[in-house]
Amino acid sequence: MAAAKSRPAKNGDSKPVILELDKISKRFGPVIANEDVSLTLRRGDVVALLGENGAGKTTLMNVLFGHYVCEEGEVRVASENGKMVQLTPGSPQASIDAGIGMVHQHFTLAENLTGFENIILGVEPLFGLANKRREARKKIEDLMESSGLGVDLDIRVSSLTVGEKQRVEILKALFGDTRVLVLDEPTAVLTPQESEGLFETVAKLAAGGLAVIFISHKLHEVLAASHRIVVLRGGKFVGELITADSDKRRIAELMVGHEVPGSKRERIGAGDIVLKFNRANVDGIDDRRSLHDADFEVREKEIVGIAGVTGNGQAALAALISGLVEPDSGTVEFQGKTVTKFTPKIFMNSGIGRIPEDRHHDGVVGSMNVSENLAIENLDDDRFSNNGMLRFAGFRKYAENVIDAYDVRCSGPDAEARLLSGGNMQKLILARVLDTEPKLILANQPTRGLDVGALTEVHKRLLAARERGAGVVLISEDLDELFALADRVVVIHSGNLEDAGEIENLDRASVGLMMAGHSTEAQAS
Amino acid sequence: MIRMEPRAETSRRIAIIAPIAAVVVALVLAAIPLLAAGQNLGEAYGLMFKGAFGSAFSFSETLTRATPLILTGLAAAVAFRAKFWNIGGEGQFYLGALAAVAVGTGAISAPAWILLPLVLIAGAAAGAVGLIGPAYLKTRFNTDEVVTTLLLNFIIILLVQMLLQGALKDPMSLGWPQSEPILDQAILPPLVDRFRVHWGLIVALGAAIAIYIVMRHTVLGFQLRAVGENPHAARHAGISVSGTMLKAAAISGALAGLAGVSEVAGLKGYLTSDISPGFGYAGIVVAMLAGLSPIGVVISSIFIAAIFVGADSMSRAIGVSNYLADLVVALSLLCVLVGGVAARYKFRWMGLKGREV
Repeated sequence: MAAAKSRPAKNGDSKPVILELDKISKRFGPVIANEDVSLTLRRGDVVALLGENGAGKTTLMNVLFGHYVCEEGEVRVASENGKMVQLTPGSPQASIDAGIGMVHQHFTLAENLTGFENIILGVEPLFGLANKRREARKKIEDLMESSGLGVDLDIRVSSLTVGEKQRVEILKALFGDTRVLVLDEPTAVLTPQESEGLFETVAKLAAGGLAVIFISHKLHEVLAASHRIVVLRGGKFVGELITADSDKRRIAELMVGHEVPGSKRERIGAGDIVLKFNRANVDGIDDRRSLHDADFEVREKEIVGIAGVTGNGQAALAALISGLVEPDSGTVEFQGKTVTKFTPKIFMNSGIGRIPEDRHHDGVVGSMNVSENLAIENLDDDRFSNNGMLRFAGFRKYAENVIDAYDVRCSGPDAEARLLSGGNMQKLILARVLDTEPKLILANQPTRGLDVGALTEVHKRLLAARERGAGVVLISEDLDELFALADRVVVIHSGNLEDAGEIENLDRASVGLMMAGHSTEAQAS
Repeated sequence: MIRMEPRAETSRRIAIIAPIAAVVVALVLAAIPLLAAGQNLGEAYGLMFKGAFGSAFSFSETLTRATPLILTGLAAAVAFRAKFWNIGGEGQFYLGALAAVAVGTGAISAPAWILLPLVLIAGAAAGAVGLIGPAYLKTRFNTDEVVTTLLLNFIIILLVQMLLQGALKDPMSLGWPQSEPILDQAILPPLVDRFRVHWGLIVALGAAIAIYIVMRHTVLGFQLRAVGENPHAARHAGISVSGTMLKAAAISGALAGLAGVSEVAGLKGYLTSDISPGFGYAGIVVAMLAGLSPIGVVISSIFIAAIFVGADSMSRAIGVSNYLADLVVALSLLCVLVGGVAARYKFRWMGLKGREV
């Protein structure tokens, strides 16, 4: 594999240190976000920062960037003469001046400006002197040359692909004479092929002397891209591994603190058809938000994986299964009956459970509490209301049971949902969906952004639902997940569904190619 | 430079302290023009306080003024809770007043126990209808309700003026553009003899309690909050966003309409086109000061009423313009908005060199 080949050689200790995080501790009231965490970065190092949600990765990076001031410990950077000097705490500008650049998980580009304008935004005046612009231009082109980050600088960012946007982000981070580059979950939105391209870029940049901190949840990426792996758990440093000497299992154990049971899928025969599309069309604004002549079926006791790069029609497919849109033509059958009315309420009542892609946006009402968010889909239920009056005792009792059964970590039924970590928020949604024993489950990117612990939990629950007899539609761009769970894979590209067949007959490369739009002939090889 | 950090949790304490602090700051700021006018601060504010609370009569006047404000304040609070920005309280107020006059001046003759409820229902219905239109346009065509409700105010007031010059004009009014007086059976009687405070206050307090119960204890209130906080998640969870918004609009319009009925049937006895000195708009201030809480609305209504009544009384005594009341109210609103930011963010002094990025 390309990624394996591009893995840079193990680093010696000879290179000069450029960044030291020394015994950092940061508390928020009673919550310990970081305790005694140390990290040393040398020129050309690629260090992966790993940990469950809430392990303190983001806090540590915020301390590094001066967004937070740590209570104990200090951040030191190498000055020009090689001496380590303390970085002014709480000053983002000091971090930028020290040459620390960050690429956020969620892009921070102005969509209506070109790539070039975005890169110089905030550094150079946008309408500055022409020779300044020429200088900046030259510098960016040199950067592109040396890093291999090719992108058209003169078209608006809104018309770039996700991968190209990320390249602009990285160029922007590198533009300010950056010595340390932090990448926060950089592959979350990329195809496997694009991710490998990114790893090659990282290797190239590191070879040129840049130090890289790479935050990721995906173990195989960490193995492919880093020299060293630093693992945090519960805010504490739990171990540092040399990548070349470690394997997935060991890292995962360090992260969660106990042995991870691999998700096991046993073959069981699929039952009757639960959901069927007959040439269903959803006409969105463009191919990315449309579904074309989709023929598709899901049976009981079957997990159908939808593989595809985000933005290829998954949203339209999910909206159709959720009852949020009506097909513009074609029909949808549920349990043998043609569906005539498309509303979320009717879909839920007939036994379709939906796990939305964006937990914060569609899954929970952040300012409402856990018990309210658990009841929100079933307000009419006798447990939760009586003649239009809410029964708070019922809310609370149900929430207490669920918090227990699904191990939702929160301060109680009254905790505001927005304060939950991603994994716990997902467990809340999972509980709400699965507790009604739905006949069909739509799981749209159910583990995106989750740590290994929460991810395993979600997988286990989905497999259990399948065993119970539910049909599951699993939309995911994570091939590991699809290969671990799905019985059958359907690839989605530009709004077209293409059956890739039973999982046993598939390999990653061919699915990856289909995701990139190369049709069935590629599969034959 | 100062940096702002979002607070993880807005504490209840801050939610209560913020509006009180805002009012104090507003009074301090309003002291500047008072001092510039050469007045003694203690005397001026003392007179204001006395004018609003100093005697049974002045307190009853404050409550009389607070009555319509409670209702328009609740109207704004309910709509804003669903993130439906009803700026048309003034228009719905006049629709309610118009309906009260249409039903209560002799069109129907019935004993008080039938006619009075009928007048109240007619006024509430008229206000509700006046807001359902803009709400429907928003849910169906995504029109901006701020624009539609605001502009509808002027249309409705002009309609009232037209009717008062024509069809509804009282022939006995010596040419003044005012409606016929409503029948005795349609009047909201005074609560206490010889005072102006009337049963409209009980209606308003009842409405506040009812809205509190609806918002906190009913499925509708739950849906309304969910739609206001996150319409996407609400829709995904099977709550009809447009249906909920239309219900919120109906309730909001009805409350503002009731305010109109209360002024006509409780205070004036007939309709003029200047019966409201901006109660609809003041309701927005009331609701914001109250943090959209129904019980808070009662308190902030009494506060704002006291400022107006007190300033009137002070201006009569020492000759300071009663525009001071508008100034205090406006400053309070500004301070509350700033206070709202303060409640959600922590401020940190970064020194002169620290720069926000």
